Amino acid sequence: MHTKTIAELAKGLRSGEFSSLELTQSFLNRIKQHPQLNCYITVTEEPALQAAKAADARLAQGNAELLTGIPIAQKDIFCTEGVKTTCGSKMLDNFIAPYNAATVEKFNKAGAVMLGKLNMDEFAMGSSNETSYYGAVKNPWDMTKVPGGSSGGSAAAVAARLTVCATGTDTGGSIRQPAALCGITGLKPTYGRVSRYGMIAYASSLDQGGPMARSAEDAAIMLQTMAGFDEKDSTSVDLPVPDYRQELNNRIEGLKIGLPKEFFSEGLNSDMASIIETAVDEYRKLGAQIIEISMPNLKLAIPAYYVIAPAECSANLSRFDGVRFGYRCENPVDLTDLYTRSRGEGFGKEVKRRILMGTYALSAGYYDAYYIKAQKVRRLISEDFKNALSRVDVIMGPVTPTTAFGIGEKIDNPIEMYLSDFYTIAINLAGVPAMSIPAGFAQGKPVGLQIIGNYFAEDRLLNIAHQYQQVTDWHLQIPKGFE
Amino acid sequence: MNDQWETVIGLEIHTQLATKSKIFSGAATAYGAAPNTQACAVDLGLPGVLPVLNKEAVQLAVKFGMAIEAVVAPYSVFARKNYFYPDLPKGYQISQFELPIVGAGHLDIEVDGVSKRIGITRAHLEEDAGKSLHENFHGLTGIDLNRAGTPLLEIVSEPDMRSAKEAVAYMRKMHELVRYLGISDGNMQEGSFRCDANVSVRPKGQKEFGTRAEIKNINSFKFVEKAINHEIDRQIELIESGGKVIQETRLYDSVKDETRSMRSKEEANDYRYFPDPDLLPVIIDEEFKAQVKSALPELPQAKKQRFKQQYVLEEENATLLTSSRPLADYFETVIKESGCDAKLCANWVTGDLLGALNKAGLDITDTPVSHERLAGLLTRIADHSISGKIAKQVFEEMWQNAASADEIIAAKGLKQISDTGAIESIIDKIIAENPGQVEQYRSGKDKVFGFFVGQVMKEMQGKANPGEVNKMLQAKLNR
Repeated sequence: MHTKTIAELAKGLRSGEFSSLELTQSFLNRIKQHPQLNCYITVTEEPALQAAKAADARLAQGNAELLTGIPIAQKDIFCTEGVKTTCGSKMLDNFIAPYNAATVEKFNKAGAVMLGKLNMDEFAMGSSNETSYYGAVKNPWDMTKVPGGSSGGSAAAVAARLTVCATGTDTGGSIRQPAALCGITGLKPTYGRVSRYGMIAYASSLDQGGPMARSAEDAAIMLQTMAGFDEKDSTSVDLPVPDYRQELNNRIEGLKIGLPKEFFSEGLNSDMASIIETAVDEYRKLGAQIIEISMPNLKLAIPAYYVIAPAECSANLSRFDGVRFGYRCENPVDLTDLYTRSRGEGFGKEVKRRILMGTYALSAGYYDAYYIKAQKVRRLISEDFKNALSRVDVIMGPVTPTTAFGIGEKIDNPIEMYLSDFYTIAINLAGVPAMSIPAGFAQGKPVGLQIIGNYFAEDRLLNIAHQYQQVTDWHLQIPKGFE
Repeated sequence: MNDQWETVIGLEIHTQLATKSKIFSGAATAYGAAPNTQACAVDLGLPGVLPVLNKEAVQLAVKFGMAIEAVVAPYSVFARKNYFYPDLPKGYQISQFELPIVGAGHLDIEVDGVSKRIGITRAHLEEDAGKSLHENFHGLTGIDLNRAGTPLLEIVSEPDMRSAKEAVAYMRKMHELVRYLGISDGNMQEGSFRCDANVSVRPKGQKEFGTRAEIKNINSFKFVEKAINHEIDRQIELIESGGKVIQETRLYDSVKDETRSMRSKEEANDYRYFPDPDLLPVIIDEEFKAQVKSALPELPQAKKQRFKQQYVLEEENATLLTSSRPLADYFETVIKESGCDAKLCANWVTGDLLGALNKAGLDITDTPVSHERLAGLLTRIADHSISGKIAKQVFEEMWQNAASADEIIAAKGLKQISDTGAIESIIDKIIAENPGQVEQYRSGKDKVFGFFVGQVMKEMQGKANPGEVNKMLQAKLNR
C-alpha cells in the first residue's frame, strides 16, 4: 500500500481493496519500524485511527473527497488544535494551539488522516534540519547525510514512505531543497496562493506553504485542497483556483524553457550539471524549445534575503517572551531576567543568530543601508523574473549545488550553509512559484530539477512536471530499506 | 509666569475609535469586561495568527481627516513598532510610521476671544496595548489584554501652542470634534481620549526651539493645564538656575501635582519601525472618500454659523448650543416640535435646562426632561396658557417626575386666566380696598401702578394673564 500514489489509494479505498483504517494502521506501523530517521516529532496514533474510521464511514456514505482516508503528515510549523505544535523549538515544546491552521483545517475537512507532526529546522531556519531542538533528521538515501531543510522531516517521511504526502513551507527553499535532496516532488506556490493563517511565521513576506509528495499528480491533488483566498490572511490573493489536475496531461510541445546562465556557473558541481542537462534534454525530446537567458541580479539574492528574512523574523519571534505561552525560564527575578533567560534558553543558536542580524539591520542608522537597500534589490530580482518570464514559459535549473551533504558538515559554517541556497532563494524574493522534481542520482543520492513559473502558473508547472514523470521513473525510486 | 520666556507646546492626542470590533481582530471593544474575556487568538499574539484590518477604523480615520481639511493619503502603510512589554503581546505594536493615513490639516481654537489656527502634522491609525495590573497580585503583575488591539487614532499637532490655556483649548476643541464626528466616545475616565504634551521654553524672541520634555498619558483637561504649567515652571527655574533641560519623557503625578522623569533620550527605545509584511498598504480611492464625505455630519463651526443666521442667535448662545452635537440636536428638535420662536427655545435650553443639568452634573444625553416635554412646555408659553414665571414652576415639576407640561398645568390648576370678567371683578375689588394708593397714582405717582399689578396677581395666584391685567388696570385707574 505504501508505494501507491494518492490517486491509486483513492481508487483502492473505493473498490474496497483496503480500508482507510488498514491503510492508516500500515503507515503507523512503518513509522514505528523506522524511528532512526527522526522525521516525526509527534505521532498522533489515536486521533489518526479515529479519523480513519470516520473516513471509512464517509467513503461508505459515498460523499468522500479524493483525499478522504488518505494519510498525511503536517510539518510541525502548522498549528493543530489539541496537538503539540513545536516549530522544532524548545521554546514551543509545551505549546498546544487552541486552533487549526487554515491548511490543517482544509485537509481535515477533506477527510485526510493526519498521522502526526513532522520534524523541521527550528522556526524553519536552516537548510539541513540540524537546527531542530528534536535532533537532526536523517536522509533515507544515506543515513549519514542531511535530508535538507527546513522541511527535512516532511521530505524524509515522504521519501521513506512513512506518509503518503506531507505539507511543507518554503521561505528560501525549504520545500524544494529537501525535496531535491530526498528525491521527492515539492512545490512552492506563488506567494499568496496558500493561506499563511496558523503557519508560524518566520519571514512573513516570503513564507509560503505547499505540497510535498511522490509525484506531480499527488502535489496537484494536495494543492487543490490547500490553495485559495482566506479572509484571515490579508496577503492571500483572491483569485479563482483552477483545477490543477485538468491540465496535467496537456502536451508540452513548443514550451519555451529558459536556462539562466547564472545557474550554470562554476558553483555547480559537474555531476549535478550533467544530470540537469540530461533532464533538459528530455524536455527537448518532448518538444520544448531551450533558450539561454540571463538574470544579472540573481547574485544579489542571498545578501538581500539575509537582510529581509532576519529583519522580519526579529519582529515575528518577539512574541516568544515567556509571558503567555511557550518556554519560561525558572524563577525569574524580574522582567528583564524573564525575557533574557526565557529567550536565551528557549531559542537555539541559528534562531538567535538571525534575530540578532535582523535586529541590527533594522536599527536606527542602519535601516536605510540594509533594509531599504535589500528591498530595492528585491525589486530588481523580481524585475529579472518578470523580464525572463515574458520571454520564456518557464525557467529551469538545479535546486542545489550538490547532493545531500553530511550531517555535521556545514552546521558550524553558517555562511557556507547560506550559500547552498543560491538556486532557491531568489524565487521567494520574487514571489513566483517553483517546483523541485526528481531528475536522477549522483553517487546514489537524488538530484532535483527546478522548474520556475510565472505568478499563479502552478497548473502549468504541475503539467510540465507531470509530463516529465510520464517518461522518467526517478520519482518512483524508493530508498533501500524502505521498500 | 515669567514674561521673558515663551512656551512652545505640541500635543499628541490618542483617541479610541468607536468601532464595534478591534482594529485587527473580530474581538469586541466594549469597556469594562472581566479581564482577558475580550481577547481572541489574534489579540493574544498566539503563534501563527495574522492581523486583518477593520475597514470601519479606516472610515473613521478618513472622516477625521476630512473634518480637519487634511490630505487623506491615497496610500498608507502599517508598520511594526518593536519593543518588549508584557502587555504588548506580539512584542511590537502595529502602527503607522512613514506613511500615515491622514496628512497635514488644522483646527481653529479660540482663547480669550481671539481665534488661532493650530496646525495638525498628521494622524495615524494604530492598535492599543493591554493593561498591566500591579495591585492585588502579591509581587506579581497581572496582564489584561481586553484593550489590546483597540483602534486608536493618534493626532499629532504642530508645536503651535504658546500656553497651557491654548493647549487645553485645543484639546477641548479636538474632544468636541471627535465626538461630533461620532468617531470616538471621548470618554476620558475610560482612557478613550488622552494626550502626551511636548513642552519647551525659549527666551522671547529666540527662533530656535528649546529642548523639549514629553509628558506622557494625561487624561483630563484639568491635568493637562496643571501638568504643562508645572513643567513650564520647572524648565524656567532649571534654566535660570544655570541648569539645562534634557530631552526626556516625564510622567505627571496628579496627586503631588508634579512631573517626574521616566526615561531620558539615551534610554529611549530604538523602535526599529519597518512595514508590517502581514498587512497590505491601505489604498483609499476617490469613491471611498466620496462615500465617507456623504456621511460626514455638519461640523461645529459650520453649525454655529448656521445657527447664528437661521435662528438669529447671538455668538454666545450659538457657541454654547453647538458645543456638543447632542445638545445642538436637542435644541433643533425642540424648535421643530414646539413650533416656537427660536429665541425662546434657545433661552430655555441654555438657561433653565443647562442650568439644571450643570447643577445635577448631568450631560444633555442624560437629561430627565426630554425634548418632547420641553417642547410641550414652550408651546404653552407661546399660546399664553401660562406665564414665563409659572413655566419655571412647571419646569421644576417636570425635572422631578415624568409628567407632561399639560398634565402638570391641569393637575395644579396653573392655567393662566385671560377671562376679562374675572380679572375685572378682582381689579374693582383692589381699587375699592385701596383708595389711598388710587389717590397717589392719580396725582402722578406712576410707580404705584406696580403695586396694583402685584395685588391683582397675588389675589389671582399668579395665573392672570399679565397683558390683560395691565391693560384693564390702566383703563380703570386712568378713568
